[in-house]
Amino acid sequence: MNNKEFAKRVRVDIVEVFQKMGYGHYGGCLSIVECLSVLYNGESFINMKNLKDPNRDYVILSKGHAGPALYASMHIKGILDDSLFFSLNENGTSLPSHPDKNKTPGIDMTTGSLGQGVAVATGIAYKNQVENRGNYVYAIVGDGELNEGQCWEAFQFAASKNLRNFVVFIDDNKKQIDGLTKDICDLRDLSEKLKTFGFETIRVDGKEVDAIEKALHDCKHSSYVGPKAIILETIKGQGVQSIEEIHNNHHMRPDSALDAKITANLNRLKWELENAIYE
Amino acid sequence: MNKELREVYVETVRDIALNDDNVFVLEADLATSMGTDTLKHELGNRYINVGIAEGQAICVAAGIAAAGGVAFVHSFASFLTRRAFDQIFISLAYAKQHAILIGSDAGITTETNGGTHMCFEDMALMRSIPNAYVYDISDTISLEEVLRYSYTKKGLHYIRTARKKVDKLYDNKNVDIEKGYSILKRGKDITLMVSGILAGEALKAADLLAEYSIDVQVVNIHKVKPIPCDIVQASIKKGVIFTLENHNVIGGLGSAIAEYTSAHSPVYVYRMGVQNQFGQVGKLDYLKNVYGLDFVSIADTIRKNFKKEVQI
Repeated sequence: MNNKEFAKRVRVDIVEVFQKMGYGHYGGCLSIVECLSVLYNGESFINMKNLKDPNRDYVILSKGHAGPALYASMHIKGILDDSLFFSLNENGTSLPSHPDKNKTPGIDMTTGSLGQGVAVATGIAYKNQVENRGNYVYAIVGDGELNEGQCWEAFQFAASKNLRNFVVFIDDNKKQIDGLTKDICDLRDLSEKLKTFGFETIRVDGKEVDAIEKALHDCKHSSYVGPKAIILETIKGQGVQSIEEIHNNHHMRPDSALDAKITANLNRLKWELENAIYE
Repeated sequence: MNKELREVYVETVRDIALNDDNVFVLEADLATSMGTDTLKHELGNRYINVGIAEGQAICVAAGIAAAGGVAFVHSFASFLTRRAFDQIFISLAYAKQHAILIGSDAGITTETNGGTHMCFEDMALMRSIPNAYVYDISDTISLEEVLRYSYTKKGLHYIRTARKKVDKLYDNKNVDIEKGYSILKRGKDITLMVSGILAGEALKAADLLAEYSIDVQVVNIHKVKPIPCDIVQASIKKGVIFTLENHNVIGGLGSAIAEYTSAHSPVYVYRMGVQNQFGQVGKLDYLKNVYGLDFVSIADTIRKNFKKEVQI
């Protein structure tokens, strides 16, 4: 299927599972849908017969609270089946809120303590590069997560070791739990920062799968012998209007009024899928 | 010939790494202090200096493990365990990654680097991590054996050690790390359990106490977690158990033993070590005196307290 359809299916999955649970990290899951869709719908090399293939591409969701978005992408791809996907956060589940490589198949790293996933990803990239495997390591970081100094230790390491197989996606949805990222701890010119840290950096529209895919292709064909950063201009709650409209949409437990609005948005998405409207 | 502990570290890790392409050796800008900079040429890309970034060192080790390898990570005990604790806890232990961490300049062996560098709480921190292995090194033989043991056993291993010379304790490699302890001196009156570099002081204290007709059994504990329960159990019948460590009396060897005895038998456990204090500059002998870790102070404490009983 094309990336737009894949993304729409992932979005429907996320809303459905959160409605079933009655709560969820709506904002940061929805903003990363397009990026994850591009990766899971073909750009990331996954060996479906051997998820631990040492030559696979690695995807590390450093912003681990977006676990459900990762799971939805894996569900649509066919790595997780229906019953596992819908067991999200149930008592005793093997699908916990934050990804756990020891509980769920296909998860490359356990994440949740912000800043650590991206740093671990540089370690994975380092080992794979010195072993000349030719694969890629993708790390997904939130803009709020960049408050953590660990991220910058990771970036310095990636650049100083010339990790050309390392691509970091930054979900620049402009918000963190307590407000706008520019009010809590202003990132200023993120592109300039990353360039000075030694990353070849592109900023793209994070709502457009084609733009993300093109950016990734440009990274792969780049002659730059070092790490790459793709900054995604996104909206927290992306693609579900009733969620986008809410200022504090990091983690929500919708009341019945909001739930009704979400259902309306969900039904529209489903209708579009049934009628092959993917835009 | 009595080698420095850092020499033994380099030799052992070199031997392991040259025989296994999946082994990596990591430093956080203390390679020169530990002598591992010589490994750069022999190991090439499998030797990594991340710079002054202990959290990054731990995360890189976790990445190496996630990609099928295993890393030896060194820094001073203080920076490795206190500074990078969440990284150790989450990216290594919680994620079930195999890694071997070496915290050097343990306790008072930091000497003149002083209070900011001196770590008396690394065992307390590391013991609280589920499934972690915690070792306190007493000499070159136990260091080599612990390094080899932790390489073969999947899990999180924390090895605290001095860097330079310590008194030789063992003659041959009869140090059983799986068992976790060695009886250095048999005695029938009371037990003195010691870990790390104070093993020598414990033996000297036992000699002194013999003059008072107190026959002390000295047990060297190599593996503080999991604590070797059998020797603790066996020691209970002798009465008071004295413990001695180059570490805070909160959370280390003494606490581990007291945790066991409190659940099994009302024996008095007298914990000798650093009495919940900060570190300071000083040469080793001075610091031993300041913190009551010299053999005269130890013998004195034992002589005054060995008849203590738990009041019920």
